Amino acid sequence: MGSFFHRHGAFTPYLLLAPGILWLAIFFLIPLAFLGYESLQSGLFPDFQFTWELSNFSNGIRDYREQIVRSFVYAGIATIACLVLAYPLVYWIAFRAGPWRNLFLLFIVAPFFVTYLVRTLAWLNILADEGPVVGALRAVHILGPDGRLLATTFAVVSGITYNFFPFMALPLYVSLEQIDPRLLEAAKDLYASSTQAFLRVTLPLSAPGIVAGTLLTFIPAAGDFINAALLGTPGQAMIGNVIQAKFLESLDYPGAASLSFVLMGLILVALLVYARIVGSERLTG
Amino acid sequence: MNPRLTRQELLRRGAAGTALLAFPSLLAACGGGDGDEATGELKDVLNFSNWELYMDTPQTRKAAGLTGPTTLQQFTAETQIKVNYFEDVISNSEYFATVQGRLRQGQGIDRDIIVSTDNDRFLGTYLSNGWALKLDKSLIPNIENLVDAQAHPPFDPDREYTLPWFSGMDGIAWNEDVTGPVTTVTQLLEDPKLNGKVGVWNSMGDTLGLVMLENGDDPAKVTDESFDRALAVIQKAQDAGQIRRFYGNDYAQPLSTGDLAASMAWSGDILNLGDPKLKWVIPEKGGIIWTDNMLIPTGGSVPTASTYMNFVYDPNIAAQLSLGANYISSVKGVPEEAAKLNPDAAANTLAFPTDDMLSQMHQNDPAMLTNPDYEKRWLAVQGK
Repeated sequence: MGSFFHRHGAFTPYLLLAPGILWLAIFFLIPLAFLGYESLQSGLFPDFQFTWELSNFSNGIRDYREQIVRSFVYAGIATIACLVLAYPLVYWIAFRAGPWRNLFLLFIVAPFFVTYLVRTLAWLNILADEGPVVGALRAVHILGPDGRLLATTFAVVSGITYNFFPFMALPLYVSLEQIDPRLLEAAKDLYASSTQAFLRVTLPLSAPGIVAGTLLTFIPAAGDFINAALLGTPGQAMIGNVIQAKFLESLDYPGAASLSFVLMGLILVALLVYARIVGSERLTG
Repeated sequence: MNPRLTRQELLRRGAAGTALLAFPSLLAACGGGDGDEATGELKDVLNFSNWELYMDTPQTRKAAGLTGPTTLQQFTAETQIKVNYFEDVISNSEYFATVQGRLRQGQGIDRDIIVSTDNDRFLGTYLSNGWALKLDKSLIPNIENLVDAQAHPPFDPDREYTLPWFSGMDGIAWNEDVTGPVTTVTQLLEDPKLNGKVGVWNSMGDTLGLVMLENGDDPAKVTDESFDRALAVIQKAQDAGQIRRFYGNDYAQPLSTGDLAASMAWSGDILNLGDPKLKWVIPEKGGIIWTDNMLIPTGGSVPTASTYMNFVYDPNIAAQLSLGANYISSVKGVPEEAAKLNPDAAANTLAFPTDDMLSQMHQNDPAMLTNPDYEKRWLAVQGK
């Protein structure tokens, strides 16, 4: 074996890459190719014909522009909310929690031990009209006597924020935890104020975590459908709900496949724009 | 109730899983295990897919005052056929999505009986694509006990492929703590006091069926005009904020907590919830009755499935099932048999409706359910 690698040294990297490439081919490329094939079909279930039906794409964008835009807006708001909530929290865990770090990290990950669906269902009780949250908000007149939280945009965006929070918090923690505290001491020694030290040292060094966290939150959030289905109304339907309904209810597989491609394409474009803004070297860490 | 995997089955599934990992085209091969040649043979195992809470269990039998083994155990004792009972039908559409891939390739789905509801498009789709096998009526002499009202449904006029499992009624339920009685669809969809606290179903047949009755239209013979009228009523209620959400089978809990004041509701759900403040009525202009139908999918064993269907069409067995699950049977003589077994439970008109109640029931038009244009517009009202 050793002599084989020795003699065919140039092949070794490819040999080591093979399992990963095979994995990608079977579980990503082949399904993707099949999805692409399906997205260009026409006809009614189960007699779909491959006809290069490009109008599936234009019709999808025309009919569901509202849900597409809404998905990106909701995902964007939720990503920013995650960042604003997670940064101070993991900053505190990384620099101040001392021996309790792992315990607090466990608290962040703990909701993941429960199924996604069940976690979201729990919010139906928490935000219920006769529940504690709405009751308290009504008592302090933030909500009117008939005001509600469930079945509103607020509930859907909050649900997304809650469900994807750990995807933001964990990469942020990793990047903050790696910062050498001596760098901050050095900044102080050079007469930097706490704010200046944070802005000039901590923030730039945690940028890879911010970038990774935003991507890990934004991408799945844009395609999410559970939160809008359980916590929203037709007025909050996202593109994921449309794709789900096309696949399950209308049996419009070409329509569902083409909208999936539209969603994927738009996310890719957003990603490229983001990469241009923050610099591609940060995207790859 | 969870079916336990036998060691052999586990190995077989493990092997199938490995094959799936190895190469996708082998996907095609692993379904063929019990292919068509098995269709004619009586087997010693029956694989049965059904909804949850749709079968008598020791607990529900006790609650209904029944003694003795469950009907599944009685079947095995009588025929030596073991039943693998899977409660894996969560919704008609999701079950269909799961099995359609193999059925489209002409392969079995490792089931001998599955159920599908007649107020959804999928039952018709199984039949029109030839994915259901013909019943062996020579093995089902009890088929003579099928009630007349169910003998000639439009999707299967001579009952060659399907037999009813249970039926239920579409009506209106309200929470007494939140509102007074809600007895008409118009009140439900227009009363300003209920604004934002009203639930309707996301299933087109149920919701539009009730609205059509309210409009004086026949839900069993839908025209473009009657469809437009019904859809406009829902659109108007949606635009006015009257409707809180379009629900699947998850409306019962918000109705119980008071998030919903009133909702379109299934008779059996309200009965099984046993919450005294929830009331259910047939709307004044009439309700919709739906039926879950058993069918034998491609690859299933016709003799084995037919033997089981004959067993459950015995009035005494059917009465035990109805008492144990609280749904309506389509077997003649069940109310009488149930009264013999437990007079109190048999007096429950939601599981054993009176003739007067049944006369207020209507069925959906299968042509409406499979119309792609209607489906598209129905989803559009829901923002999809």
